[in-house]
Amino acid sequence: MTAIRIDDLHSATSLSHLDMLESQAVFIMREVAAECERPVLLFSGGKDSAVLLRLAEKAFRPGRFPFPVMHVDTGHNFAEVLAFRDRRMADLGEQLIVASVEESIRSGRVADPGPGASRNRLQSVTLLDAVAAHGFDACIGGARRDEDKARAKERVLSFRDSFGQWDPRNQRPELWQLYQGRVRPGEHLRAFPLSDWTELDVWSYIAREQIELPPIYYAHDRAVIERDGMLLAVCEWVRPRPGETIFEETVRFRTVGDATCTGAVRSTASTIDEVIAEIRTSRVTERGATRADDRFSDSSMEDRKREGYF
Amino acid sequence: MDLLRFAIIGSVDDGKSTLIGRLLNDTRQLFEDQIAALEAVSRRRGLSEVELAFVTDGLRAEREQGITIDVAYRYAATPRRKLVIADCPGHVQYTRNMATGASNADLAVVVVDASAGLKEQTRRHLCISALLGVTEVLLCVNKMDLVDWSQEAFERAVEEVEDLADHLTITGVTAIPISALHGDNVAEPSDRSPWYGGPTVFEALDSAKVGEPVSGGGRMPVQWVVRHRDGRAYAGMISGGPLRVGEEVLVLPSRRSSRIASLSTFDGEFEEAWPGQSVTVVLADDLDVARGDMLAAAVDPPDTVTELEATVCWFADRPLQAGDRYRVKHTTRSCAAIVQAVEGRLDVNHLKVGPAERLAANDIGLIRLAVATPLAVDSYRRNRTTGSFVIVDESTNATLGAAMVGQPVMSPV
Repeated sequence: MTAIRIDDLHSATSLSHLDMLESQAVFIMREVAAECERPVLLFSGGKDSAVLLRLAEKAFRPGRFPFPVMHVDTGHNFAEVLAFRDRRMADLGEQLIVASVEESIRSGRVADPGPGASRNRLQSVTLLDAVAAHGFDACIGGARRDEDKARAKERVLSFRDSFGQWDPRNQRPELWQLYQGRVRPGEHLRAFPLSDWTELDVWSYIAREQIELPPIYYAHDRAVIERDGMLLAVCEWVRPRPGETIFEETVRFRTVGDATCTGAVRSTASTIDEVIAEIRTSRVTERGATRADDRFSDSSMEDRKREGYF
Repeated sequence: MDLLRFAIIGSVDDGKSTLIGRLLNDTRQLFEDQIAALEAVSRRRGLSEVELAFVTDGLRAEREQGITIDVAYRYAATPRRKLVIADCPGHVQYTRNMATGASNADLAVVVVDASAGLKEQTRRHLCISALLGVTEVLLCVNKMDLVDWSQEAFERAVEEVEDLADHLTITGVTAIPISALHGDNVAEPSDRSPWYGGPTVFEALDSAKVGEPVSGGGRMPVQWVVRHRDGRAYAGMISGGPLRVGEEVLVLPSRRSSRIASLSTFDGEFEEAWPGQSVTVVLADDLDVARGDMLAAAVDPPDTVTELEATVCWFADRPLQAGDRYRVKHTTRSCAAIVQAVEGRLDVNHLKVGPAERLAANDIGLIRLAVATPLAVDSYRRNRTTGSFVIVDESTNATLGAAMVGQPVMSPV
């Protein structure tokens, strides 16, 4: 039997790199669904989780998703994102769980950092509480290795101990496509089907699949202030401090998260193709451009991940 | 655009992470905020120049110790392809992470220090990546500036690696003299090596003709049973093939046969499915098929076995020995297994399997295993997916070892 080489396969089947990434992600989702007792898909309303939902359709339709969808809600949302979330979930007809940081504050699980302060870090507590309360043993998330140097180190199936902690110095070996999903009660896994996707891959896939996103991903006029070198949208939780002035800009968001720490970028890209053209020439990473939470230290993502962050 | 996965391997301090940093930097694939972060951390550490290795050393402990502990994945592109780069740790104690990075690679980029010769750890890495089926090698002879760009030193290093490669049945070695620190022959040709007329590292990655050899025998391990209006369908990734509509297949291990009635994805039906594709199969007959079973071309099925011989990379501190009980995960099936015998340990310096009672952490050895459920296996040489499995601790669920069906294919030095 002659061996066939991938080169020949490409010509035979024209599997593009997006086809390969899609197929790999579908495989990972099916493995998690089959290996774990109670998985959950984490949905933030951002572009990566919109792609995850499409991949879940590819993996499981015509059946229902074998897991619920969960939004960890900081209470500091862009209205357009919540509207998108609810519309998308209604279209899919799948179950949505909302785990609320507001609730964690009210019940005294975490201290309110004060009005207008980022609740980004608090999400880890809310997430881990929800994991425990629902007995989830796997959380499927949209994190990508190209986002951050600590994420670049993480396995596709990433083990969390009974405290929800990631131990980056002692990860499970993960060879071939043998994703090993067994955990003991109280432990859980994070699963990242988009591990090998870049920001450009995500947008190329959104273009190919015509995936709907919250409109704030495209250029629009918005009242903003400039803080720490970032443009923040003026809203209920972001008010100008002394010395800051409100001004109107044409912007879009490259990532979507807690409104108090997610910056907008100046952009006139109002279609998918224009966004792709913009990303191709961008000289700044998406988190570098838009996330105040990653700017505090060289290891801020690693530290948050160790505590149970997404 | 296609996709090339490669692993950067070699001994600690030979410059693997620096090479990746240099490659990304010089092809303008580092972003301004990443460069600013590198400059800041280099300054804080009192370095006069930017330390490019910090590009992949993403953990605090790695930056503190100046070593790579776990694989870092980086993404780049050449004009023709998307690159998935696995930067593997060089230290022997992190061999498990190196194997993780190399297991899915199409190509190994081996970095050696021109001034130091071939180190035992480099031999080990080459040996493991060859065992893992990575038979194409791009050899970067680094630190050429430390040997005054001596062609003789370059050729000496190449000869050593080519000699080892012959014994390891590595089929193709492309060698490039470089200085990762200064960028010679990485993205741009260097005028310090007028005697060298070959490609830069970037060009070699763009043109490398590589790919995992995939067996012709059609295979699909069943991942997930889908129930819908046409009855039951079976979802999984094709791992040998193609499989075609109308083709006779066996359900393994039961060996019941049927024909493929349809092949589809969310996006529609098609006539044939190729390795790497995640698909859904409907069979012409209503058979008992569950996750863990395998659909295989009836003309060319894998063996169905309850005892097998396998080459093992052992990762755990606790030794592997005869009588041990574990779980194995093979394709989509997990089952209990007992080690019947440790048949030998591989001496990576002489590439010979010698007698051994047990395998210690980072050993490579040959074992005989009995499994509680019949497994449909090919030799690893024939099929990376159906020929591989991992060994798992029954109580902690830790992954203890990686195994390849069959004996190691190499000739003693």
